[in-house]
Amino acid sequence: MVYLSRTDMASNEPATSRIEILQGTLDFIILQALRWGPCHGYGIVQLIRAQSRNLLQVETGSLYPALQRLVKQGAIATEWGMSSTNRRVRTYRLTPRGRKRLAAERSRWEQLSEAIAGLMLPPGAEEA
Amino acid sequence: MSILDWLPWVRERRTRELADEFHAHLEMAEAERIARGETPTEAAANARREFGNFGLVQEVARDEWGRGGRWVEHLVHDVSYGFRMLRRAPAFAAVVILTIALGVGATTAIFSVVNATLLHPLPYPHAEQLVRIEDDLVGLGARDIGMSTPEWNDLRRSGVFDFVSPTWFDDNNLTGLERAQRVGLLIVAPNYFALLGVKPRLGAGFTPGDATPGFNGQAVISDGLWKTAFGSDPDVLGRVVQLDSDSYRIVGVMPPGFQAPGSTREERGTQVWPAFGFAGAPLNQATVESRRSLFAGAIARVKSGLTIDEAQRRIDVLVRQLRQQFPADYPPASDWRIRLVPLKDAIVGNVREPLLFLFGAVILVLLIACANVANLLLTRATGRSRELALRQALGGAPARLVRQLLTESILLSVLGGLAGMLLLVVVKSSLVRLVPDALPRVNEIAIDWGVVLFALAASVVVGAIFGLAPALQIRGLDLIRALKMEGRGATSSRAQNRTRRLLVVAEFALSLVLMSAAGLLVRSFWRLLDAPLGFNPRNVTVLHTRLPYPNDPKEDLYPTAGAEATLVREVMRRSLTLPGVTDVALGSGAAVPLDHPQQDQTLLRVVIENDAVHGDQPLFITGAEVTPEYFRLLDLPLRRGRLLEDFDSDSAPSVAVVNEAMAKMYWPNTEALGKRLRLSPRSTTWTTIVGVVGDARTESLASPAVPQIYASLYQRQGKHLAIFVRGYFETNAIAHGVRDVIQSINAALPVFGVQTLGETVSDSLAVRRLSLILIASFAATALLLAALGIYGVTSYLVAERTQEIGVRLALGAQHGDVIRLVMGQGVRLAVVGASAGVVGALVVARLMSGLLFGVPAADPLTIGGALALLTSIAVAGCYVPARRALRVDPIVTLKT
Repeated sequence: MVYLSRTDMASNEPATSRIEILQGTLDFIILQALRWGPCHGYGIVQLIRAQSRNLLQVETGSLYPALQRLVKQGAIATEWGMSSTNRRVRTYRLTPRGRKRLAAERSRWEQLSEAIAGLMLPPGAEEA
Repeated sequence: MSILDWLPWVRERRTRELADEFHAHLEMAEAERIARGETPTEAAANARREFGNFGLVQEVARDEWGRGGRWVEHLVHDVSYGFRMLRRAPAFAAVVILTIALGVGATTAIFSVVNATLLHPLPYPHAEQLVRIEDDLVGLGARDIGMSTPEWNDLRRSGVFDFVSPTWFDDNNLTGLERAQRVGLLIVAPNYFALLGVKPRLGAGFTPGDATPGFNGQAVISDGLWKTAFGSDPDVLGRVVQLDSDSYRIVGVMPPGFQAPGSTREERGTQVWPAFGFAGAPLNQATVESRRSLFAGAIARVKSGLTIDEAQRRIDVLVRQLRQQFPADYPPASDWRIRLVPLKDAIVGNVREPLLFLFGAVILVLLIACANVANLLLTRATGRSRELALRQALGGAPARLVRQLLTESILLSVLGGLAGMLLLVVVKSSLVRLVPDALPRVNEIAIDWGVVLFALAASVVVGAIFGLAPALQIRGLDLIRALKMEGRGATSSRAQNRTRRLLVVAEFALSLVLMSAAGLLVRSFWRLLDAPLGFNPRNVTVLHTRLPYPNDPKEDLYPTAGAEATLVREVMRRSLTLPGVTDVALGSGAAVPLDHPQQDQTLLRVVIENDAVHGDQPLFITGAEVTPEYFRLLDLPLRRGRLLEDFDSDSAPSVAVVNEAMAKMYWPNTEALGKRLRLSPRSTTWTTIVGVVGDARTESLASPAVPQIYASLYQRQGKHLAIFVRGYFETNAIAHGVRDVIQSINAALPVFGVQTLGETVSDSLAVRRLSLILIASFAATALLLAALGIYGVTSYLVAERTQEIGVRLALGAQHGDVIRLVMGQGVRLAVVGASAGVVGALVVARLMSGLLFGVPAADPLTIGGALALLTSIAVAGCYVPARRALRVDPIVTLKT
């Protein structure tokens, strides 16, 4: 299981509630984040947080193993560059195989959310 | 998973990269926080907090690289730690490595021989399809009697084989070069080399389909002959050489190392292969058409896709048909069969048992070495119990510590194994020289990858075995007790002492097995040397010569026994004038005791007159042609009748002398004298038995009485002649003299194989002697190791009980009491072990009964002797530490 935490950035308070998501979803989210172009680990965290409107914060303990896993699977590739402060920075980018996988996961995800939406009765129907 | 995940240095680089990446991550987070208005200190702290546990994140990221790499990382760590531990105790390491080096080195040496002879396929393509064809007369108990041309044709047409080639070993006189030389000849069909799948290094060789009925005049020569007789002449092809006055054109030179696949040393040493069609001159038409056996046997290549078993079944059917078709040639009583023997078995079959026996013995030595090292390691582990307890208390997982210890012991054994291999490489050539050349495939013995792999595997297994005992001690380690033992040198636990005692017991048990095996072999050997020969080999030198036997009878200088007799008498007359020579006799090659060249038909096919039991069926009886002087020269005593005499020439009636075994076997109730025989089924001459001589071990030292016929050399020809000379002087000078005598009579006669009869007798025991030497040295090693083992354990016990002994001495114990106390313990272990070994010794003795002679497998004297020797070794091994115990000063020990 992978945990994503929802943090209130303004108060810097630790997460109070956590969303538990299925294994594999994190990989999908990372691939999705890399769709816009190569990015380093810190950037991926920021991107996911911004795009989820501060709802999802990926923890480093989940992110870095996931990145290693994806590199090994050939979904993403790495490149070393130099940061503005002259530090070695590793960036990740999608490979053709990663793109294919992203497309597959997207359609799977859409099917899943449709199915779950279908399972949810409209409010009010429950009381009836 | 890629192999990269396993390489420690790749993992190290990746770990560094992860750290770099994390630092960059932190830096960026900090920079952003500062941009948002946090103070640098705040920003640094918050970024770190947000990032989480640096080490832990690194660890979980690394987990994605797989467990295998982690395992390798631990291994590297354990090995380097192991090396540090060894450096800290160099003497200990040296002793262990040396012990293992000896054990693994000896085992690997024997394995390299087993590997080359028994395990490796023969050096021909698809060697598994090659067979030797042997014909048996099961009803008469005769094996491998040979084959005839019609039978060869039957086999070729059977559809079972790709190729069938008769092989007929002979020797010939190679003349026309600097000096007449005897060469080994293997007469083969033109398809012989195609059958084996080997091409000459020079020349095209034979045409496999050549259908010339007789000799086609082509010959292929060995690399050795090419080098020695032709000086590696590159233009040797097409040269014509004279073999027994016949001309052959050289059409090929075989590659170096190529040996004819034969079961005898002579055949493997073949130097010339002439091609023969086995269907024409010099064989006459009657011979070619006869189904009575003719040549020694054949080799064949079974069609691919057909197993040897299936081929055998189809040949069995063929044999049944032939027996029905030719009842006169194959009478039911003789029960003729054809056996397909895998060619490798035909070559190495008779050395398999002794080789495997040696291999088993050397493994026992290795196990004893293991037990010794295990004991050493246990002792050391006791000394290290504080370290191990401490590491365990600090959180070292027991499984991890067990692995650490096992790694250390395997490290030791692999180092020992490598040292053993080095040792082997250094002494290899002298070891190979020890191997008698009667052993087949000696030239293939090599330290190849299989051998190296075996040595490494053996070392690792050995390391795991002897490392297990100390490693398992960790489980039972009492942390509190171990940590409490401050300063006071560690004592070992009850379990440790039990293991240590068990190891000594095992060591003595294994040693006893080896000792008794060695004892049985030594006693067998003594018995063989001691067995009355029945003939007197003292001061007798034997030389060999060979009369040419040209394919064209008109070329034959010695076509009859009468013509040969002139030469024989002249050789004797001139040799007797040599200084120091007292007796001279000649005989056919078969007359040389205990050394019959293969090409000599020592088995005569004899028909006995009016034989009610066997009728017209020929009997296989060993026979030789000799001059009358032979009996006196070898001291063969006359029992009845008369010996052969000078007047028994080719114009006189044919006569023979037989030995007592023959007389007893075929005329158990009547007198053999005066009975008549035909010495070959085709012969029309009747030979009368005129005398009976005493039995002699001329066939094998192990068989006292083999039926034997002695015919007169003046009446029956022997192309291969042995000259027996007895003299007073140094035999070398006599040998030279006789050589000159022969070559002064006919310079084209080669003289070869000069040996004293004593050497011949001794050589007939060569393989036995080698196993004896090896087993005896293994037993001696085992003895030494066992002595060291018991010495080590007793010393340890004494050291551990120093205080107790001090107290005992202080309270008035006598020296004798202390010695009894210490020695009683050690010797008891040895005796228990050795007694346990008696069971094993009895089992092994039964397995090796084929190697024994004149000694019962369950020989009380041998086992008793081994027990006594081991016990005295144990007493000696315990006495030294016991004396040391006496030097304990009560004051000193009690004070500490």
